[in-house]
Amino acid sequence: MQSSAALEYDYSVAKLYMWTAVIFGIVGMTIGVLIASQLAFPELNYLFGEYGTFSRLRPLHTNVVIYGFTVSGIFATFYYSAQRVLKVSMGESKLLNGLGYLQFILYLIAATGMVISELMGITASKEYAQMEWPLDVLIVVIWVLWGVIMFGLIGMRREKALYISMWYYIACFLGVAMLYLFNNMEVPTIFFSGGVGAWYHSVSMYAGTNDALVQWWWGHNAVAFVFTVPIIAIIYYFLPKESGQAVYSYKLSLLSFWGLMFVYLWAGGHHLLWSTVPDWMQTMGSVFSVVLILPSWGSAINMLLTMKGEWNQLTENPLIKFMVLASTFYMLSTLEGPIQAVKSVNAIAHFTDWIPGHVHDGVLGWVAFMIFAALMHMATRAFKREIYSKSLLEAQFWIQTTGVVLYFTSMWIAGITQGMMWRAVDEYGNLMYSFIDTVSVLHPYYTIRAIGGLLYLIGMFMFAYNFLMTATAGRKLEQEPQFRSPMA
Amino acid sequence: MTLTEMQGYAFFFLTVFLVVILYGYILHLYRSEKKGERDYEKYGKMALDDELHDRPVEANPKVTNEKKES
Ligand code: HEM
Repeated sequence: MQSSAALEYDYSVAKLYMWTAVIFGIVGMTIGVLIASQLAFPELNYLFGEYGTFSRLRPLHTNVVIYGFTVSGIFATFYYSAQRVLKVSMGESKLLNGLGYLQFILYLIAATGMVISELMGITASKEYAQMEWPLDVLIVVIWVLWGVIMFGLIGMRREKALYISMWYYIACFLGVAMLYLFNNMEVPTIFFSGGVGAWYHSVSMYAGTNDALVQWWWGHNAVAFVFTVPIIAIIYYFLPKESGQAVYSYKLSLLSFWGLMFVYLWAGGHHLLWSTVPDWMQTMGSVFSVVLILPSWGSAINMLLTMKGEWNQLTENPLIKFMVLASTFYMLSTLEGPIQAVKSVNAIAHFTDWIPGHVHDGVLGWVAFMIFAALMHMATRAFKREIYSKSLLEAQFWIQTTGVVLYFTSMWIAGITQGMMWRAVDEYGNLMYSFIDTVSVLHPYYTIRAIGGLLYLIGMFMFAYNFLMTATAGRKLEQEPQFRSPMA
Repeated sequence: MTLTEMQGYAFFFLTVFLVVILYGYILHLYRSEKKGERDYEKYGKMALDDELHDRPVEANPKVTNEKKES
């Protein structure tokens, strides 16, 4: 065993994931801007033959931003912060560090396989679960490895209690494991068809309403356990650390944790309102969605109160700006979601553009902002360098904030217009509009969304440049900063 | 009573049960702090004092003795 004088935290695996987060961020958001533009200008569907059509690219967009960008961000922050809050270095265990590298390599293979297979149109046709069974199997291995590393580190820890972030990472691990296995129960057709069909093809074990229920139990909980739970883990570590302020109320953080765990699993039914699932289940979906405001706001308010007496940092430190705005957007989207889950509102909102509007104030304002802030904070420590440019970060913040606002406001208007037009009837009960009428009315809003997305993407490129320069050309730091990340 | 209805009732009572547990947890948190058994707020420090050589908020008895000599 190494002596504690030479012992340092080992960020080698974290760094690898930091790079993939940046790369997948660029790829995923570029595709996002392309498909947003296609909705406004359909001619853009024909740029790359079959590979450039909306139907190919939309699942690619969601999978790359979720499993590429967000999951890389989650793994990077985990490999970075878990060591620190447990006070144990990855370097202390050759085995765990080796497994970390292995996990990264398998992740890279799976992610590449995902991009290629989806570009080729190979899909299991389930939303957020498009990957076919060979990739699903690989993902299970990656996930199990993560669990081994997580519990291995926990077993070696010097700090007896687990910090609240660790609870959230564990919940992410367990929640996704359970949901993923059940949702992806599928039969590879080749084994049962006497060799007919492609080897990678499979069919789901569920059918009809059951399939829809399992699918949205997963779908919504993908939002819960990928876009919410681990991102809360990130903010509970990085906001206090960057600001030098301990969490406002640790008790509230524990309570919100259990509240979120109890409630989230039951909310998926809100994706199936007015459908063929039993009515009580729909009602429960609505009720649990509304109750969900409490634990969500519990965490968000806890974060905002952590800044109590230190609001000057908001003007001085762009990383604090990103994180404070992120928790504010978290509050916005966790209020908006429950509103959409009320049955009468849902009757208008369902199938409209308001839904992607809601998705993106969450993912752009909350998820991606948190990942940007965490990546920069980690970069100063992992590369032992100062952040390359503060003004670039500031500019990125304002450009992207403008982008998000354009995105969701245009989709609010578009969605509600659409919903109202679809159900409008004249005095004799005839529908007043045909579908194409709505399409032409919505054109300006689609254009605004594409512009908003483009602004966000420009910000993403600024970030990538800033990150690259920080890692390679930032001023060397002799000492690891304690709280605030130094920037030039 | 059909199976669907039974599931509905089961769900309802499960919810009530979980609500009771959750409120019980709030009580538990505040009571154990009031009685001085536990100080939850000190755990917030774990994110701030997270250098390898920082003193743990609560040392893990299983590991500390063998590993931490300084
Ligand atoms: C430059 C930024 C982005 C742009 C322009 C963009 C654009 C789009 C568009 C046009 C759609 C399809 C909407 C439709 O079918 O009507 C979509 C869907 C989606 N995007 Fe993005 N996106 C961006 C970034 C992101 C990020 C960073 C994430 C997650 C971290 C994300 C997650 C999703 C999800 C989950 C959906 C599916 C929504 C649904 O099914 O309702 N997007 N995006």
